[in-house]
Amino acid sequence: MKELLELLENEGNLNHEQLASMLDTTPEIVRKEIAEYESEGIILGYKTLIDWDKAGKEYVSAFIELKVSPQIDEGFDAIAARIYEYPEVKSVYLMSSAKYDLLLNIEGRTFRDVAYFVSYKLAPLENIVSTATHFVLKKYKDKGTVFGNESRDERENII
Amino acid sequence: MDYTKLLSSKACGIQPSGIRKFFDLLDGRKDVVALTVGQPDFKTPWHIREAGIDSLTKGKTYYTANSGMMSLRNEISEYLNRRFSLSYNAEKEIIVTVGGSEAIDIAVRAMVDVGDEVIIPTPSFVCYEPIVSLAGGVPVIMETKREDDFKINAETLKSLITNKTKLLILPFPNNPTGAVLDRENLEEIASVLRDTNIAVLSDEIYAELTYDHVHESIASIEGMRERTVIASGFSKAYAMTGWRMGYCVAPAPITEQMYKIHQYAIMCAPTVSQYASVEALKNGDADIEMMKREYNRRRKYIISGLRNIGIDCFEAKGAFYVFPKIGDFGMSSDEFCERLLNENGVAIVPGTAFGKGGEGFARISYAYSVNHIAEALERIEEFIKDKR
Repeated sequence: MKELLELLENEGNLNHEQLASMLDTTPEIVRKEIAEYESEGIILGYKTLIDWDKAGKEYVSAFIELKVSPQIDEGFDAIAARIYEYPEVKSVYLMSSAKYDLLLNIEGRTFRDVAYFVSYKLAPLENIVSTATHFVLKKYKDKGTVFGNESRDERENII
Repeated sequence: MDYTKLLSSKACGIQPSGIRKFFDLLDGRKDVVALTVGQPDFKTPWHIREAGIDSLTKGKTYYTANSGMMSLRNEISEYLNRRFSLSYNAEKEIIVTVGGSEAIDIAVRAMVDVGDEVIIPTPSFVCYEPIVSLAGGVPVIMETKREDDFKINAETLKSLITNKTKLLILPFPNNPTGAVLDRENLEEIASVLRDTNIAVLSDEIYAELTYDHVHESIASIEGMRERTVIASGFSKAYAMTGWRMGYCVAPAPITEQMYKIHQYAIMCAPTVSQYASVEALKNGDADIEMMKREYNRRRKYIISGLRNIGIDCFEAKGAFYVFPKIGDFGMSSDEFCERLLNENGVAIVPGTAFGKGGEGFARISYAYSVNHIAEALERIEEFIKDKR
């Protein structure tokens, strides 16, 4: 039932009755499917997309390129695990770039928080060859959603 | 100035649109959950918009050929073949028009003489009657019924045919009912018309939006192509209402006459829109599928939602409307819709706005988000609670 996953991913606030009628099934089956996806680790969690700039929160976001030397037997996984355990690290990707291996997105309250994290937590880790930090100036789109646009129905009644 | 002497009696004789009348009640009201809009809530897919922008950047701002750019007509020909197995000559049988509306207008004007009878199903979109009247034709109203799933009843059709009948208007998938015609029904209609001189104007603007049903054109039925004009366009399939792009296809002798009317009245469709439409036809099939999938989910949701609160709702398989029965509450359609608006703040269009066959029903558009529909359903439930 790929369609259920698709719906949950894009419209996470639909209830079981609504999902069931859209998928020609019953709320009980939807409930059961979701429980299965959760226990199998296919559904990992439920989050809400928030425009924190608009909500007035002060925060800093940065992308960090990490060049690391992979370890025998463990490749990049061990170093990635040591990094993703930090709560300020929001995402970690292994990349195919020639310039760097891991790409992280981190968030902090201030510029100094991020600088401190890079200098004192990331850089000193064994096997880190180099870091490059890119601060985000403005977020235009995330998770398929454009930020800062108000969704107003501009359609006119016609005829 | 005595305007009664100035103005044409034909123009004055046209009734204002019944939907418009209802929309006037809505003006300036902010608290209303409306399910009235007859156009997609999607924006035109970006690659299509970009093709329009690109044409402007390159200065493509001249008129095109009267019938539309040859490249676009070739794409339309290819598209009709790909999607509906229809075969039309790009040079002699296709005219690009300003929306499907113009296609309907020039088709009627090319075929209808003063006194000719034109059979128009009701409930239907509101433009056919006035256009026929303006051409001097006589609208003959044919009711479609809930018990026939709002399809054309061949017997009824037969009973309305006289020696003055010139044209049958066939607007399916239908606005407002959401009804579609299956092959069997098309064959029945064809068998009534085949040995006559009656033409068909098949308004197929919603052809791409069908669910659990594959649209077939009456032109694909034996003996029908030679007498059929298909009016269609880009508005609904590609969410391009504002671009005003449509087309009509018909056998060359009919197209020749439509061409002259189009040439003198319109010149040509907007150039920027034509470039965007080429892109839509070339690379837009996936967009149609995406939007259709989304409409279908909402369709299922709204039909089951209405049925759950005890409103009889016919299984609409086309367009983006449902046409529930609201005649069980001791009110006319107009009264039901007006009170629902005033008492619970939901706007739906009374079926009577689409002709007298719409009494007892209302049109609900589901070109809205699920949350929006959910809110409306709650309010409708509240409204009907103590009214049975």
